[in-house]
Amino acid sequence: MNTFLQLVLNGLGKGAVYALLALGFVIIFKATEVVNFAHGSLVLIGGYLVYATKDALGWPGAAVLGIVSAAVAALLIERLLVRNARGADVNSLALLTIGVDVIVTEEVVRRLGNDIPFIGDPYDAAPIQFAGLTVFRTQLVALIVGAVLITAFFLVFRFSNWGVAMRAQAENKEAAALMGIRSSRVTATAWLLAGALAGVAVLFMATQDFSGAGLGRGTHAIALIAFPAAILGGLDSTAGAVVGGLVVGLTEALSAQYVSFEFSKSAVFLVMLVILVFRPSGLFGTRELSRV
Amino acid sequence: MSERVVTERSSVLVRLRTSWPSVAGVAVLLLVLLVFPVFAGVAYLKAGQYVLIGVVGAVGLTLLVGQAGQLSLAHPFFLLVGAVSYAVLAGDSGDSGDLVGLGLPPLLAVIGAVAICALVGLAFSPVSGRLRGIYLGVASLSLVFLGLYLGQSLDMLSGGTSTGRPPPTFDLFGFRFANSDPAPTILGVAIQKQQRLWYLFLVLAIVAYLLARGAVRSRVGRAWRAVRDNEAAATAMGVNVARAKAQAFTVSSAFAGLAGVMTALWLDLVKPDENEFIGTYSITVAISYLAMVLIGGLGSIPGAVAGAVLVNGLPQVLTLGATEFGWSIGTLSPVLISAFVYGAAIVLVVLFEPGGLAAIGRRLTTRQGDR
Repeated sequence: MNTFLQLVLNGLGKGAVYALLALGFVIIFKATEVVNFAHGSLVLIGGYLVYATKDALGWPGAAVLGIVSAAVAALLIERLLVRNARGADVNSLALLTIGVDVIVTEEVVRRLGNDIPFIGDPYDAAPIQFAGLTVFRTQLVALIVGAVLITAFFLVFRFSNWGVAMRAQAENKEAAALMGIRSSRVTATAWLLAGALAGVAVLFMATQDFSGAGLGRGTHAIALIAFPAAILGGLDSTAGAVVGGLVVGLTEALSAQYVSFEFSKSAVFLVMLVILVFRPSGLFGTRELSRV
Repeated sequence: MSERVVTERSSVLVRLRTSWPSVAGVAVLLLVLLVFPVFAGVAYLKAGQYVLIGVVGAVGLTLLVGQAGQLSLAHPFFLLVGAVSYAVLAGDSGDSGDLVGLGLPPLLAVIGAVAICALVGLAFSPVSGRLRGIYLGVASLSLVFLGLYLGQSLDMLSGGTSTGRPPPTFDLFGFRFANSDPAPTILGVAIQKQQRLWYLFLVLAIVAYLLARGAVRSRVGRAWRAVRDNEAAATAMGVNVARAKAQAFTVSSAFAGLAGVMTALWLDLVKPDENEFIGTYSITVAISYLAMVLIGGLGSIPGAVAGAVLVNGLPQVLTLGATEFGWSIGTLSPVLISAFVYGAAIVLVVLFEPGGLAAIGRRLTTRQGDR
């Protein structure tokens, strides 16, 4: 029972990180209908800058810099590339972000060279003993940070002007524009926000607690696991992203313990496949209807 | 589709008269490819074989992604299934006797491996038929992860991640694709293992090309395109949508399976990857195949060939340049440079020429007033 509780807690911590990443996918998808395959490279950019500057700036400063630069990188992808390919359909735009992803990932991995640094200094590798449970501190911090950020996001999304504008645009772009909503500004903030969330997520991903592997290609691959999270929740549902993230985190933690570590990543994808067979638009996604 | 109308209306002679430059071009290209082993060393042959593997795989993927409109990242999984199936069907039980090997004749094993891949692709059709676009792309990615896990855990089939297993030597009615003494010669050059494999791969690539072209130009291809463009309209025209989708996935998987067998022969090794992001059957490979068909122009078969030459050929050429001519590329590895090039090529294609290399080629070869 203790093992199980421990796994659930750690799984939820991982799930919170996946939820942050998945929320980023969903925000971008809602604003632009583009699926951002370059999310993994945003993660790497943020992580790399934390690693490169943490000695000079101290960890908190470096973390802020990492988050900001991931956000700016996302904005640049939108302003320089996605925006300029307006004629292209959304699937081509997704492929375009794959191109960006290949370039950025290779460059960051090249810069890292043989280093695979851990960047979760303040909380990494210091498990907490609590009522007979061993909880990884990283996962606990991730869970708290995730909960705070996600709650804040939902409040903003529900009540602020930006949130209303964003939801209006997701509902009907033309009508929103006619009501005076500046589509380009809404889109830009969406990418900024998604980038920032990716920048936060990497602070927990490249740690010994989370993956046992430092920043590198592996981190990029972990970011890919957030895809099933976004998809199984439904690509256009923010609540779905959070649920999806938690499902993925729990599936990974439980199957790693009860089946095998190697199986855990496949398990995540299998769960997604089963859900997709029964609900092709994910758990909370809007059904695609086609009129004839 | 003006070309189609012309070909259907005209006799072979008229066709020859109007298209003689392209016929001559194809003839010259074939001749060059046929005598390639005579003037190229083993290193070049290996590079060329790798490109031909890419051609077979990319042609299969462009049918699925471009013609049938189903985004798939599962190609590396089918490469793996093809490679392992070939090793299992034609192989023996290994030195220590812990491998499964049925010892079938290699030709039968290749056909069997391709058939197995087709069936696995068909088995995925409940998923591929239901999902669209990005949903299908991510769902197909799950096959890559599944392949990674199965490859690692089914040692008796795959040989395991530490040693792998050797693929059986291919042979065709007693003619072995291995070194022999004495070896037959062409223009004074001994035709040994690598030269033989080159010719084998060339034949396979040409067969794959012609089969794909046949599919695209026939009823099957028209059904795929109809489904891609509008499922409701396709249904109204009498196309069985579920069947067409399943068919495309099956056919594409079979092509990937053949490319997998070729990969096994090329590496002389069947070995599952250790992780999902780098290796012979990894996500990186999925993306590079997608890059080939995208750069070439979605749905275009000559385009897929051109994309394969660029994406699979460039790292090989750069490696050769570094080893044979001492090109200095500093700390950048050939793989890295080609990743930059094809990453940039994808971005440029989407931004400026959504039709890819195929559209550029069409514009260059079509004179004004022809169309």
